[in-house]
Order: sequence, then structure tokens, then C-alpha cells
Amino acid sequence: MKLSLTKVVNGCRLGKIKNLGKTRDHTMDIPGCLLYTKTGSAPHLTHHTLRNIHGVPAMVQLTLSSLAEHHEVLTEYKDGVGKFIGMPESLLYCSLHDPVSPCPAGYVTNKSASVWGVSGRVEMTVSKFMAIQQALQPDWFQCLSDGEVSCKEATSIKRARKSVDRSLLFLDNCLQLQEESEVLQKSVIIGVIEGGDVMEERLRSARETAKRPVGGFLLDGFQGNPTTLETRLRLLSSVTAELPEDKPRLISGISRPDEVLECIERGVDLFESFFPYQVTERGCALTFNFDYQPDPEETLLQQNGTQEEIKCVDHIKKIETTGCNQEITSFEINLKEKKYQEDFNPLVRGCSCYCCKNHTRAYIHHLLVTNELLAGVLLMMHNFEHYFGFFHSIREALKSDKLAQLKELIHRQAS
Amino acid sequence: MAGAATQVSLESAPRIMRLVAECSRSRARAGELRLPHGTVATPVFMPVGTQATMKGITTEQLDALGCRICLGNTYHLGLRPGPELIQKANGLHGFMNWPHNLLTDSGGFQMVSLVSLSEVTEEGVRFRSPYDGNETLLSPEKSVQIQNALEMTKRDVPGFAIGGLSGGESKAQFWRMVALSTSRLPKDKPRYLMGVGYATDLVVCVALGCDMFDCVFPTRTARFGSALVPTGNLQLRKKVFEKDFGPIDPECTCPTCQNHSRAFLHALLHSDNTAALHHLTVHNIAYQLQLMSAVRTSIVEKRFPDFVRDFMGTMYGDPTLCPTWATDALASVGITLG
Repeated sequence: MKLSLTKVVNGCRLGKIKNLGKTRDHTMDIPGCLLYTKTGSAPHLTHHTLRNIHGVPAMVQLTLSSLAEHHEVLTEYKDGVGKFIGMPESLLYCSLHDPVSPCPAGYVTNKSASVWGVSGRVEMTVSKFMAIQQALQPDWFQCLSDGEVSCKEATSIKRARKSVDRSLLFLDNCLQLQEESEVLQKSVIIGVIEGGDVMEERLRSARETAKRPVGGFLLDGFQGNPTTLETRLRLLSSVTAELPEDKPRLISGISRPDEVLECIERGVDLFESFFPYQVTERGCALTFNFDYQPDPEETLLQQNGTQEEIKCVDHIKKIETTGCNQEITSFEINLKEKKYQEDFNPLVRGCSCYCCKNHTRAYIHHLLVTNELLAGVLLMMHNFEHYFGFFHSIREALKSDKLAQLKELIHRQAS
Repeated sequence: MAGAATQVSLESAPRIMRLVAECSRSRARAGELRLPHGTVATPVFMPVGTQATMKGITTEQLDALGCRICLGNTYHLGLRPGPELIQKANGLHGFMNWPHNLLTDSGGFQMVSLVSLSEVTEEGVRFRSPYDGNETLLSPEKSVQIQNALEMTKRDVPGFAIGGLSGGESKAQFWRMVALSTSRLPKDKPRYLMGVGYATDLVVCVALGCDMFDCVFPTRTARFGSALVPTGNLQLRKKVFEKDFGPIDPECTCPTCQNHSRAFLHALLHSDNTAALHHLTVHNIAYQLQLMSAVRTSIVEKRFPDFVRDFMGTMYGDPTLCPTWATDALASVGITLG
């Protein structure tokens, strides 16, 4: 696998990762995102409906939390999780946790870490962890690590130090086991940068992890709410400065458009795409504009639309939604609102997704009000396509040196 | 015997059905319905999309399965979102973006419900006519006492719906009522048997002369994790499928069976990803449509009775193990099993 940078602009890296996958002939663009899945399937989507989406990323994110309990089945299956889930051609990255569900703290020891699945906690020593990866056979996998330091608010230096020590120990042990297994050598280990909010520990984690033969780096523990990210951005710059240029940098738990841009400016390459899923679960559709150089007439129309939407968001408070107890952002509209009952426009004018080409806001509103399953399907299709389009526009903006315009546009829409 | 009813002119009703083939033994027919949104081959199974949606699958997916007619319930839609909105959305077709045919319980396709089931007694079934409220006792022996039904058969309608028979009545009564109805209905008009959807019932009722069927069963059972197969159904949530790496049905051409194994679907059903339900909905609709297609082909190729025997053999292990009511029903139209 080879990462080639086309250019670096204001800390943002534009490039390609080539020779990916078992056949060594896949390519990924950076900055980019991974397709978010639950138990090996895009949420709400079957093979057919997933295929309808334009711009689906080349790499799929699987979560060990949803797959660890199927270890035995996958071992007997023998052919790897990609084929098992019906995505034999996709690149696969296996993360430890599901970014949407927070992990309960207090379960990492010097010998093991745990993930939480449907049937409960699955504890994994390094050997068990690697045995599971051997059954999964992903292209990339996050190394077993201790990320719990960020589950709590206050980080003690002691706890931060432990997270780095443990993660390095796990990494060395995993690398050892990888050397002893032909199957595992076909997968790439992603080293995990820990250290909480303690600069010293973060730097130590970055430097030490970079010494190991990992294929890339996962920046863990930067997730939280928007305010915590602000304070952590400084840490992020310092961390990425310690990492080699020719290996990809992934970040966990960051998926909002404004936060994505902040992280790209600080040297991050790859993101998870769970934000469109969260939007879907609260019955909302992404509508934020990422067209940083539209024709003047469009700008006027979009601006009017955006202002309308921003006004409405001010009136909307936190809503309770199962699993995604988050506030509606200003990047989206809430289709449950009565004003969409007779709105026969598509979700986003000009959007080429299946939902916008075939259905109206009024129809989605009806589906939500009547609790129909199709609401989730159509919203997921739109939200993923919109989000992947955003990443495409980031790359285009970097290519033509227009990132400042895009950033300004996104910031205008962030409440 | 009732006096001969006056012949009412049947010319003015549109001839929507064209008979393509008839079974020489039973009452099974293969035909074509010429409808405003395209031709529909019969016998046909119509999936039910109650609230302007086919339960988690897109209209494109439904079209790709070969579905050309499905059901919409105007009763529900009359409440939500309401008739004015549907009108503004260019009708139900426009609202849900379905390019093919829709059968609704009012408007559009003028169907008349034959009777509504009132009471099952030892003597027979007591029906209440929706037109004049008169009660009639309809028993197999007293075929002469179906004046109301006779009257309706003479009405100037494009087809007939046989309703009120998917409730709690016994199967023995059920098939007799269907047989009686089809014996009285004109041949050149479609017979739509409401609420019938189990595979065995479909095959038997085709033999008895029905052309169109609808039922929530296949789509509903999908959402409970049950996949329909020629031998019955697979409760995919059960542990026995945990390591079953074959497709639901190796003969099935649906996307679910082309891309996924029972083991994967088992795992997905135990997660909170709704995709599991959609995979099964797609398959179950495909199963019903493929079944009807196979039935039709066998009628056209003049081997329907053999098809029935094979079907029952696969479903029950042996044609002779078929449930009694079905054996009796088939025998009544000249098809013997084993």
C-alpha cells in the first residue's frame, strides 16, 4: 500500500492511497470517509439500495463490537467477513467500537480490553483479539487499545499514561502474533494514538507508535461534544506533526461537517460516516450546502433557504431519539415538522440521490408520521449521498485552492 | 330453484380480462388483465402496501421483482395523509411514485365485494348482503339460495371480489365457499379472492378458479424473521441457522438469495439493523411472485395438475400428506393427489 500526496495546503493533505486490498489494486482518495455499517450492513440498506447511492467510499467500516460475538461462525465460515456480509469486493476496516454507541468505562486491564455487542460484553486478550481478526480477515484493523481515558470528563495524568502504555503493549503483542500468522499478514494493523488530554502523553504515544511497523494511525479519544473538540484541536495538530507523512491518519468519533474540516486542517485523512446515520435516526435530512462556487442566482436562492432553516433551528430544542440523543444540527431539516406535510419539493433541490429523484418531502413526512420503515431507507440513501458529496467537494476545493471558501460556507451554516 | 334471472346486458362493462389458457381438468385459468397502468398476467399475487409504501422496500425494488400490481388501502390513507393531499400529489401513484397498477378498496378499479361474512353455523354460512341488508343462508347443498349473489353476478362490473373468507372460518367451509363463488361467477371476468396468501391456499384457489390474490402474510412474516420456501418457512432467528452458509432458497433469483446466506441473515436479524427485515421482505415477495409465475406457466403448458402434485409433494413431503381440506378441494375440481 502506498500513500501519495498530491499537495498539502494549510495542513490539509490531498492525495491517494494506492495498492490497497488483498489484490493490491484498490485506490482510496484522501481526505475521505469510510462507509458506516452495523453488523456488516449499511444501516437500513440492502445490496440494491446501497448500490443506488452515488459516491460510496471504497472502504467500509466494520465494528468489532458488532462482529466479535460471531467469532465462531466466522471461523467456521473460513472465507472472511467481507464475503460473509455480501461485500466481497469492498475494502474493509475493522474498528474496535461503534462510534455511535459510547462504551461503558472500567473494563480495560493490562491484559485485555472489551467491546460491547448485542449479547453483552466480549472480553478480549491479545490472542483472542488476533484470533478474531484472523477469522474476519479485514484489510485494515484498529489494534486492541485502551481508549477509556476519554470516556470520562477529567483525565488524570496517571490514567493517560496508562492508556499509552497499555496500547503500546497491546500493539507490540499483536505485531508479534501477526508475524506468526500467514493469514494475519495479509491485513494491515492500524496503530492507535492515545493519551487523553495530556500533551506529553499524546506526543509520547505518537512517537512510540510511529516507531512500530503499522500501516496507519488511528487518532483516538478526540471525540466528545463540540466544545471538547475545540480544546482538543491543539493537541491534534501536535500529534499529527509527529506522524510520518506517508501513512494514513484516521480519527474516530468525528463526523460532523464542521469538525471534519477542522481535523483535515490538522492533518487527518480519513473519517467515519456515522453522522448521516444519526441524522437519519432522528427523522432528518442533510441539507447543508457544500457548493462553494455556485452560479450567482443559485447562491441567492440557497441563501434564502439556508436563512429560513437557521431561523427554524433556533426554535428547536433537544429531541429524544433512541440511540442518538443528540441535538438537531443546522446542517439538516426535520421532516417530521408539519410544514413539510404539503411540500412537494425533493429533500434538496439538485440532489441526484434516489430519494430526491423519486420522492418528495411530503412523502417522507407521511412515512415518518405513520412510522413506516421506508422513511429510514430513503433518508439513509439521501444522507449518505449528501455526505459523500461533501467529501468530494472537499477534495475538489483542495485541488483548486478553494478550501477557504468551502470552510466559510460550512461555518456560516453551523449554528 | 329460483326463476331464471333476466339477462342484463353485460356488454358495457370493460373487458379487462383476456383468457390465455384454461386447465382441462380443474377450473384454473391463465390470463391477462389489461389495466390502465399496464398488463398484468394472472393468476397474480398482489403484495399489500397499506400506507402508500411496501414496508421498507422501494418502488424500484418492487418493480425489479416483477411486481406489476399491488394493493393500497384508501381507508388508511383517507386518514393519513388524507384525500386532499393525495390529490395534490397527483394521486396515490404520484404520491408513492409507483408506475404500475394499484388496487384500492374504493375508486379507480371498480370492484364489488360479494358478501360479508356474518356467521358460520352448522347448516352453512349466513351472509348479509351489503346492498339491501338481507340475510341469506348459504349452504353448499342449497345453492339455489344465493339470489343476492346471482344478482351481483349479473351486474355490470369488470370483475368480482370474493371477500370475508380469511377470518376464522374452518378451511372446510372456506374452500367450499370459494368453489361455490367461482361456479357462479362469469368466466370472462377476473375473480379476486381477498386476503388469501399462504402458498397452499393460493395453489388450491387457483385450481378452484380464482385469478387474483392479496395478503399481508408474506410481508408481515418477513418482519418477524420468517422466510418463505417451497417446504414451508425458515425461522431464521433460530440457532439452527447460525452456521448455515447457503442462501434461503438456492432456486430463488431474488437479490437476497443471490447475495446473502442464512447465517448472515441470522446474525443481522439479531442486530438492530432494519436491513434484515428488508432482505426478507424482498425474498418473500419474490417467493410469492415466482410461485404464481410457475403456476401460470404450468397452466399455459397444460400440466397444472402435475404442478399441483409436485407442489404438494414438496410442501408436505408426499402428496398424500397434504391437508384434508386441500385434498378435498382439489378432488372437487378433478385433481387427485397420489
